[in-house]
Amino acid sequence: MNGIREIMRSRAVPVILFTVLALVPVYAAVFDDRFLMLFATRILILAIAALSLDFILGLGAMVSFGHAAFIGLGAYAVGILAYHDIWAAWISFPAAILVCALFAAITGAISLKTRGVYFIMITLAFGQMAYYTATSLSAYGGDDGLTMWGRSEFLGTGLFENDTAFYCLVLAILLAAYVFLKVLAASRFGRVLKGAKQSEARLQAIGIDPFGYRLAAYVIAGSIAGIAGALLANQAEFVSPAYMSWHRSGELIVMVVLGGLGYLHGAILGAIAYLVFEEVLSHYTQHWRLIFGPLLILVVLYARGGILGAIKGKSS
Amino acid sequence: MSATLLAVQALNGLQLGVLLFLIAAGLTLVFGVMDFINLAHGVQYMLGAYLAVAMYQVTGTFWGALILGLVLSLVCGLALEFLIFRHLYDRDHLDQVLATFGVIIFVNEAVKVIWGAAPLALPGPALFDGSIQLMENLKYPVYRLALIGSGLAVAVLLYVLVTRTRIGMLVRAGATNPDMVAALGVNIRRLFMIVFGFGTMLAGFAGIMAAPILSVEPGMGDNLLILAFVVIVIGGIGSIRGAFIAALLIGLVDTLGRSMATDIARLLLPPSAANDVGPAIASMLIYILMAGVLFFRPSGLFPVGRS
Amino acid sequence: MTRPVLELKELNKSFGALHVTKNVSLAVNPGECHAVIGPNGAGKTTLIGQICGALPSSSGDVVFDGENVNGLSVANRALRGLGRSFQITAILPAFSVLENVALGVQAKAGHSYRFFKPAARDRDLNAKAEHCLDLVGLSGRAGVRAGDLSHGEKRVLELAIALAGEPKLLLLDEPMAGAGPDETARLVEVLSDLKRQTPMLLVEHDMDAVFKLADRISVLVYGEIIASGSVEEIRGNPAVREAYLGTEEGV
Repeated sequence: MNGIREIMRSRAVPVILFTVLALVPVYAAVFDDRFLMLFATRILILAIAALSLDFILGLGAMVSFGHAAFIGLGAYAVGILAYHDIWAAWISFPAAILVCALFAAITGAISLKTRGVYFIMITLAFGQMAYYTATSLSAYGGDDGLTMWGRSEFLGTGLFENDTAFYCLVLAILLAAYVFLKVLAASRFGRVLKGAKQSEARLQAIGIDPFGYRLAAYVIAGSIAGIAGALLANQAEFVSPAYMSWHRSGELIVMVVLGGLGYLHGAILGAIAYLVFEEVLSHYTQHWRLIFGPLLILVVLYARGGILGAIKGKSS
Repeated sequence: MSATLLAVQALNGLQLGVLLFLIAAGLTLVFGVMDFINLAHGVQYMLGAYLAVAMYQVTGTFWGALILGLVLSLVCGLALEFLIFRHLYDRDHLDQVLATFGVIIFVNEAVKVIWGAAPLALPGPALFDGSIQLMENLKYPVYRLALIGSGLAVAVLLYVLVTRTRIGMLVRAGATNPDMVAALGVNIRRLFMIVFGFGTMLAGFAGIMAAPILSVEPGMGDNLLILAFVVIVIGGIGSIRGAFIAALLIGLVDTLGRSMATDIARLLLPPSAANDVGPAIASMLIYILMAGVLFFRPSGLFPVGRS
Repeated sequence: MTRPVLELKELNKSFGALHVTKNVSLAVNPGECHAVIGPNGAGKTTLIGQICGALPSSSGDVVFDGENVNGLSVANRALRGLGRSFQITAILPAFSVLENVALGVQAKAGHSYRFFKPAARDRDLNAKAEHCLDLVGLSGRAGVRAGDLSHGEKRVLELAIALAGEPKLLLLDEPMAGAGPDETARLVEVLSDLKRQTPMLLVEHDMDAVFKLADRISVLVYGEIIASGSVEEIRGNPAVREAYLGTEEGV
């Protein structure tokens, strides 16, 4: 009985979450709310990125402060291809994934050799490297970014053009990424990651060097964030170095922690909470950061479990 | 590229290196002694500049702005330490990163509210007005030379403090083995407050000195902070000597790289491609340097043996 | 004459001018428990680091299972059958007891790059893990979160994790450290059952436990082995009494 209850409880939040997300287009259609559709699409795209970050940060304790770089690289892959008049999604999306996987493999191999504050600073530095490189690409807009005069095409279906269809595509990708990472987390591979977070010495002593596993996780997370970037480029029809500024990386970490570290769906909740909060607050004052900054400090000092921590705390 | 241009760029690089050292010095000691990652250190640099501008409006002289700006920087730093940072020392790095990120978000916005988003300027001291003829065809502003000189003077002062005084000895010991220092009956919290306050002043000093030559604007410390991180990673956490050498290295490599990369790329590529590739390579240069150093020396050039 | 499972040949380790391990040679034969004792600061921790691969030796050889393992990493030596427990218990506190051991089984099986099959329901892993828990008498606690175990149980769990790797030798770093009298008695019982199958190198402070378990004892003082022999020989050795037992008796 207890086991079933446990499963019900652990599955209830994600099931409700995805059901609500699936109902958003219906609501938007009924009330003819185009803004909601666009806003929700943006939220889900960033949720994909936050989800991938939670996989390495929450499960593997890798405090990567350069995750926004992958969003930017994915976006630039799509944008640059579009600039050269290549619009087919089946080319640009794999290209985005490939670029991100490669960047993750190289920078990960270097930064994962280190621990603690070194790792944080190095991922931050590599993220900044991607940012500055993008600003110096004068052929592709440099500082000002690159406007895409259209969206990716998928076998002539207009999947990317229609707001509702695009939302559904993003939601499907989010769900797929969520299930994929959930399965990984429960596998032998995931067990090694979670174990390495708790005691590296223990893993070494049973014969596992966590480096390769961490690197594989880092590459997977980077690739998924790259997909988010490719989607973001399509959503905004614009690509900019600002996508990879280190403030963006910080925001992704905030989302993950806000939702509750290490549950994966917590990252989705966190992305929703963060962006809705920003939207609402910025309605009242353009200086919403004056409120958000101290609030973030208070959350860190007094409410470490995030949203899921609060839900769990109530139910148990 | 002419010898004159090279000399000018070398001096500019030295100047960036000195600024980076002033920021990195406090940061690396704080890391070393407390294992505390403080993203808000760049904010101290920015505050230094803004406070100096405000004090210039009050006193009307650069020197008044410098001294009062330093004092106020210290007050702000200690207030942040007292209100927020000291609750984070026992937390994990993720908490430290998040909370200090919150501080950045707040202070950057607060600066915008108080002083506006438009860049401000701080007039330099009249004493250092004008330029000096260094070589034939090469005139260099006196103030910039004074900046380099004052940075080097601070470096010497720091070196003496760290190697010759009791506090310095404790700081070095604390970076190597904090538990040992605590066991010796030293109040490690107070030691840290001193180190922290000192680091804050150095960052504020960098901000004030930079204000007359760079524009004073919100977020001006953020990018320098990351360069300071690169400096610390290359130099080795907790090492003043490492920070000094790495800061000058980064300053020179970055500045010279940016001025020469396009020319070098032109030797290998057609001019139009070189114009695109050159700057891109230049902006990656210091990060590639960092990666290279880490590959051969994972704990930086001058690792402080933490056991 | 059987080949020793572990053989240390003229092992040395210096940190700068500090010579911590001096010409240590010893062997652990199949079926035996070889204890290393010595006062605090004798260099036991350094020696263990050299054996398990965490510290490179300045000179000398570590021969494990007939093979020189000097150049091998900690993980590699572990995979070859060097199981160990830590002086300060190293378990995975957020995992269940069963999962702790199952990870050990998984490591031994080698291929942890399996991405899709849920590990928690992997029958092979769980069956072997349960068997190891059985060996140490911890089956009843399989579902408990490892961090919630008592101190003594955690020490036993460490043994079970080590056993999951089907070790050819157990390297036990003060397994009784911090354990109460009852827990120590239980650990001694578990270990004396185990030693019939798996040879051990036991580094321990608790002299009663050592005298109960060990077949051979080597005494390490200031990085040097000053005596080596059977329990009776060591008990009767005046140099040992003076250097070690004499100073520790009151403790």
